[in-house]
Amino acid sequence: MSKISQLHVNGSDAKIDAEGERTLLSVLRDDLNFCGPKYGCGEGRCGACTVLLNGSAIRSCQVNVGSVGQRKIVTIEGLEHDGQLHPLQEAFLKHDAFQCGYCTCGMIMSGVALLSKRKDPSEAEIIRFMDGNVCRCGAYQRIIAAIKDAAKTPVEITP
Amino acid sequence: MNRLDGMPLELERYELFEPRRYHFDVDRRDFFKILGFGLIILCVAEPASAQESGRGRRGGGGQIPSDVNAWLHISEDGAITVFTGKAEVGQNIRTSLTQAVAEELRTAAPAIKLVMADTLLTPYDAGTFGSQTTPQMASRLHRMGAAARETLFDLAADHFKADRASLKIADGKISNNGSGTAVTFGELTKGQKLVKSVTGNGEVTPAGEWKIAGTSVPKVDGRDFVTGKHKYTTDMTAPGMLHGRVLRPSAFGATLASLDSTAAEQMPGVTVVHDGEFVGVTAADPLSAEHAVNALRAKWDTKPQPSSAELFDYLRKHSSEGGGRGGANSGSIEQGLAAATHQLKAAYTIAYIAHTPLEPRAALAQWDNGKLMVWTGSQRPFGVRSELAGAFGIGEENVHVIVPDTGSGYGGKHTGEAAVEAARLAKAAGKPVKLVWTRQEEFTWAYFRPAGVIDVTAGVRDDGTITAWEFHNYNSGGSGLACPYDVANQKCQAHTSNSPLRQGSYRALAATANHFARESHIDDLARAVKMDPLEFRLKNLKDTRMRNVLQAAADKFGWRAGAGGNGRGIGLALGAEKGSVLATCAEVLADKESGTVKVLRAVTAFDCGAVVNPNHLKNQIEGALVMGLGGALFEAIEFSNGMITNPFLSDYRVPRFSDLPKIDVVLVDRKDAPSAGAGETPIMAIAPAVGNAIFAASGIRLRSMPMAPEGLRG
Repeated sequence: MSKISQLHVNGSDAKIDAEGERTLLSVLRDDLNFCGPKYGCGEGRCGACTVLLNGSAIRSCQVNVGSVGQRKIVTIEGLEHDGQLHPLQEAFLKHDAFQCGYCTCGMIMSGVALLSKRKDPSEAEIIRFMDGNVCRCGAYQRIIAAIKDAAKTPVEITP
Repeated sequence: MNRLDGMPLELERYELFEPRRYHFDVDRRDFFKILGFGLIILCVAEPASAQESGRGRRGGGGQIPSDVNAWLHISEDGAITVFTGKAEVGQNIRTSLTQAVAEELRTAAPAIKLVMADTLLTPYDAGTFGSQTTPQMASRLHRMGAAARETLFDLAADHFKADRASLKIADGKISNNGSGTAVTFGELTKGQKLVKSVTGNGEVTPAGEWKIAGTSVPKVDGRDFVTGKHKYTTDMTAPGMLHGRVLRPSAFGATLASLDSTAAEQMPGVTVVHDGEFVGVTAADPLSAEHAVNALRAKWDTKPQPSSAELFDYLRKHSSEGGGRGGANSGSIEQGLAAATHQLKAAYTIAYIAHTPLEPRAALAQWDNGKLMVWTGSQRPFGVRSELAGAFGIGEENVHVIVPDTGSGYGGKHTGEAAVEAARLAKAAGKPVKLVWTRQEEFTWAYFRPAGVIDVTAGVRDDGTITAWEFHNYNSGGSGLACPYDVANQKCQAHTSNSPLRQGSYRALAATANHFARESHIDDLARAVKMDPLEFRLKNLKDTRMRNVLQAAADKFGWRAGAGGNGRGIGLALGAEKGSVLATCAEVLADKESGTVKVLRAVTAFDCGAVVNPNHLKNQIEGALVMGLGGALFEAIEFSNGMITNPFLSDYRVPRFSDLPKIDVVLVDRKDAPSAGAGETPIMAIAPAVGNAIFAASGIRLRSMPMAPEGLRG
């Protein structure tokens, strides 16, 4: 696979020089210092690496950077605008929806993707959509509460 | 008087084997050089423990005492900084410890900064384990905060030339009622070089008068976690940093027979390190490091090893009589059984499980002129420093370990493997090296929650009195071993065994296994005499704290004897360990036709003394319950011939959103009892509560953890 020289991340074009077979997760973290997405399993089974790709939640550990092209990537670092947190970030704080926090960025990105598709998701929809994200500390009940709470404050994500 | 007083804690499995090697000789002038002028409060060990350590205080000559275990600094600009060797791994102690100091200084929590788990900046600490942070470190911080407050009062009395009684402290200031003026902490400490020591006794604020401790203060640095700004070890970088990978043996205990590293060495930017049994690589990015380690051609000598299929026989066969901890022994089991109308005997088995911290083991290491600096996720920064010093034959003064707030541990991060490996690679590469274990490595080369076999023999009279209780645990450990029920004739014993897998501490240690066996068996006894499980437990319990939590959980749950039907059933279990008591009730759907097992709802009532942070405590209890569901129902490490056969998250099932029951928590806040740690024990009672509910629903008694990895038909 050939080298990749550009990615569109969090609203701007970033210059990179990376082998296309590297994972999007590694390039975001190791080349661009967007460390919100985390390595948790490398199998796409924990969701800690979740970012938005053209608005959809994807596991960045399962995507080769060479396959991304011009699609727009949003990481947790791109959610905050002018010092204003996304309502789901606020809701995570309000509900203490985490303990160690290692899953949190991936959880929030999955939750943001869900809320962009379903304005007022039911509990069953939340569970189905979020089931690929693991919180080993077990804060699931609070995360569900945070997503429901954030649904009351709709926002448009403009990557 | 409750039974918990004086109950010995099980020794953790790694940390207490090593003697304390720390020698602390910091001149007080160094302190002010590092921290700046102001007020420093040192917390020194209580005289009793200082004597036990066999070392006198080196208090003379301007040196600070040697047994300091925390310190606090109020700078000339009023900044309050607390230094403790404890590590934050998600249990929210950065916040709860901040509350202790904020309480005593009558200052809002955000005004206080905690420096934690840094071997250069914080005093020695054995490690963050055993639920000791709250009972020990928080008490110290209360005492230091109180001493700082009293010193500030002295300074303010001087400043105002006023009587202390006319002074008031609030919001980082001391005000003088007489003059109506106020002075900030910083104005009081300006130009000062004051060092004070506090020991065991100090004027701390009683829990009943707490205004900041005891309240749901939000996580002090919460915003950093929801924005991705917090830097875990895995996020750390250094100029010129390379990425490392380690070549793992083909099986446990394998030795390297031969190595051909030619292909790897020819890869651009790759360094291969071969030092005895250690083989690793460094490269510019993680994928190049992976390619390089995959290009190594190694042959390994292996030997046959037991597999999970034969595990429990193996553990029994290799156990040593009386090798572990004994619990309460009293009366005669023989006589107790003779007095019983029903005798019940059963064996319970407990699988190995993996902690699976979402942040795997990781370290960033760099050398500078023979000095080593390592960032790593660990519950034992000073233990890791010792490991590093030992591995490289250098003095501990040349090793600096920093633990960033870490992506969880659950007892699984007591050792420094990644730190040592990263340091070895960095030494060879001559550059900083970051090593992040893969999930497969974490599942294979970390250590496990011990497996075990538990034999229980018990007798009960028709009136519901337990007459005999004999309990033997093979290998999983002695934590939570003692029977909390009032049984005249009892014998409880933990036996060590030869574990085929590397095993170590896990949240609540063996208490989960021992509670599973005990509380399952207690339910069977209740059924033998046709009593409601709640009534049966209350009949055999005198301890008021335990009776209270049982009743509190049952009330909140809406416990009704014999409730259920249509595949549903309810169960409960009691727990007591490490100064806390709890009861958990669960309702399950256990459908024999489809094999489905689903926990529908659960209630835990928890009493850990005076509650420090109700919301964070609830979070811990909910989380421990969820984590406990995994070990209860489906988590198990499988192995064969020295290899783990399910070392991936796709093969090792952990609790997910879809496994979540509706959870309610009842906090029994007791301002009259000392605060116990609460990160571990809330995991203890969910497995037996679920097992008892499955039995109530289906008539099937499951005596192996995990109980239903393939559902009821598995």
